[in-house]
Amino acid sequence: MVEHRGLSSFLPYVVLTLGVAIIAFPVYLCFVGSTHPQDVVANGKMPLVPGPLFFETYYKTLFVGSSGSTREPVSTMLLNSFIMACVIALGKISISIISAFAVVYFKFPFRMAAFWLIFITLMLPVEVRIYPTYKIASDLNLLDSFTGLTVPLIASATATLFFRQFFMTIPDELVEASKLDGAGPLRFFWDTVLPLSRTNIAALFVILFIYGWNQYLWPILITTRDDMQTIVIGIKKMIVTADALTEWNVVLATAMLAMLPPVMVVVLMQRWFVKGLVETEK
Amino acid sequence: MATVALTNIKKIYPGGVEAVRDVSLTVPNGSFTVLLGPSGCGKSTLLRMIAGLETISAGTCKIGERIVNEIEPAARDIAMVFQNYALYPHMSVYDNMAYGLRNRGMPKPEIDKRVREAAALLAIEDFLTRKPRALSGGQRQRVAMGRAIVREPLVFLFDEPLSNLDAKLRVTMRLEIKRLHNRLNATSIFVTHDQVEAMTLADQVVVMNTGRIEQIGAPGEVYKHPASRFVASFIGSPAMNLMPGKIVESGIVETPGGKLPFDATRFSASGEVEVGVRPEDIHAAGDANGIPFTPELVEELGATRLLHGNFGATPIIVAIPASGTVHENKEMRLLIDPAAVHLFDRNTGRSLAR
Repeated sequence: MVEHRGLSSFLPYVVLTLGVAIIAFPVYLCFVGSTHPQDVVANGKMPLVPGPLFFETYYKTLFVGSSGSTREPVSTMLLNSFIMACVIALGKISISIISAFAVVYFKFPFRMAAFWLIFITLMLPVEVRIYPTYKIASDLNLLDSFTGLTVPLIASATATLFFRQFFMTIPDELVEASKLDGAGPLRFFWDTVLPLSRTNIAALFVILFIYGWNQYLWPILITTRDDMQTIVIGIKKMIVTADALTEWNVVLATAMLAMLPPVMVVVLMQRWFVKGLVETEK
Repeated sequence: MATVALTNIKKIYPGGVEAVRDVSLTVPNGSFTVLLGPSGCGKSTLLRMIAGLETISAGTCKIGERIVNEIEPAARDIAMVFQNYALYPHMSVYDNMAYGLRNRGMPKPEIDKRVREAAALLAIEDFLTRKPRALSGGQRQRVAMGRAIVREPLVFLFDEPLSNLDAKLRVTMRLEIKRLHNRLNATSIFVTHDQVEAMTLADQVVVMNTGRIEQIGAPGEVYKHPASRFVASFIGSPAMNLMPGKIVESGIVETPGGKLPFDATRFSASGEVEVGVRPEDIHAAGDANGIPFTPELVEELGATRLLHGNFGATPIIVAIPASGTVHENKEMRLLIDPAAVHLFDRNTGRSLAR
């Protein structure tokens, strides 16, 4: 029995360790690669301990730029990605919370039709409507601009649906109490709905920030100038396929840097997540 | 404070369902009026129409001197206490109470004064900085009442405010509401399906059924002189015994249990009727002259004893003081006070009282 218990308490750790290793090892390898000289990584025999060039590589990556087909320093790309992810996340949240508010709390003709129209766009992500969207963006002179980069990605059925479902759980009496307290629709939204949605907004922000950060297809179409490109595009452009040698250490450092902000957002917002789950306000 | 006057009020929902049919009612200034009825009788709908949360399909609703049919809820000068409290979960107790006043643009010192006064009145001063979720059900209900009191409205509306509380707390809060009303003396309309709440709180009870008013009267009045079979069976616990009867001669009605005398000066009846007798108006007879009755089941309630049996095919409940002994399945004799016999029209259910 004792052996059995020993084994059964040991086994979960084996499985967990394996899982962590599978996820973490490539990341570690990526970090190790970014601290070695270019030729060490390029010859295919990747060392397993970090090399001596940590500060040099990361300084070069962040502020100087690689010699690949993009020469923009990664700090610019980080900033571009950050702006894009934030604008997409905040834009999606603001538009969808307002539309969900309208759908749930106002009675107007074709209310459900409006909701279903929004809902149907779930079936039409950017990838499906990419040609018309690109055409519109280009006709409006939105290429190589943050507007063009973010606006087509903002309209969001998922977030509208998410907020609608949440609003439906807010008791009707709260709406009525607000009416009796002399709060009009806008005041009700501002004073009651918005504070009650705080944790939901935080949760959505995490999801949408990562969604925005990881965008690849749309940014690659809409941006042509180096100083407008996002970090996800930048990594791709640094890898040279022609005769030049790829600076793998810089590419790997960029990959490391690209991972950081989403991780930060998740780690920082996790406390909100938990708070939202533990304290049910309503 | 103000009088509330409802004239021919109707509520017809878009689907054609008539929730309230032609209700006329006056709630006098300073009165505590209870709307009583089973669920679905339209009492809450009526209250919500007074509050302005439901539109009025027909008729007029007057608060004070003003017809309020088209006036926004916030402008009607009313305050409402909801069944599930409806406190703003993200605001402190203080803010919950102050919110409505702030929206009206009342100066801060005045808001503070009113909130503190109401908090003192309701003994919730210690919780002013807390959030509603940190309060018990009774405390939340007090905050909800405080939110109504600070408004100093013309009319207080209560929508089953005690239903979410446990039985013991319900009794305490009931007393507190009564005490509060005696102190503020504000016109109040209270909706409930609990007859004990209605009887104890009201100075005017409005019994409703299927969207209509069955009877309006003082609590003693609706108990002693029910205007219809519905009121008779709805008020009183256990419910009034109802059985078919036939008037055989003036002042005598024949029932499955035997011939019963009744007060012919109070009722004008002939032919087939419905006879009602409250369980507590039936007494055990000392001698062999009464109506024969065999209790099949005896329930001891402490002070009283409920005997279940039949008059012919009609089940009967008798409530007698729990003194002496009663044997199940042993015939006994019952006496019924003629003054306690009620007669109703067999078809319409209305009382046949003159």
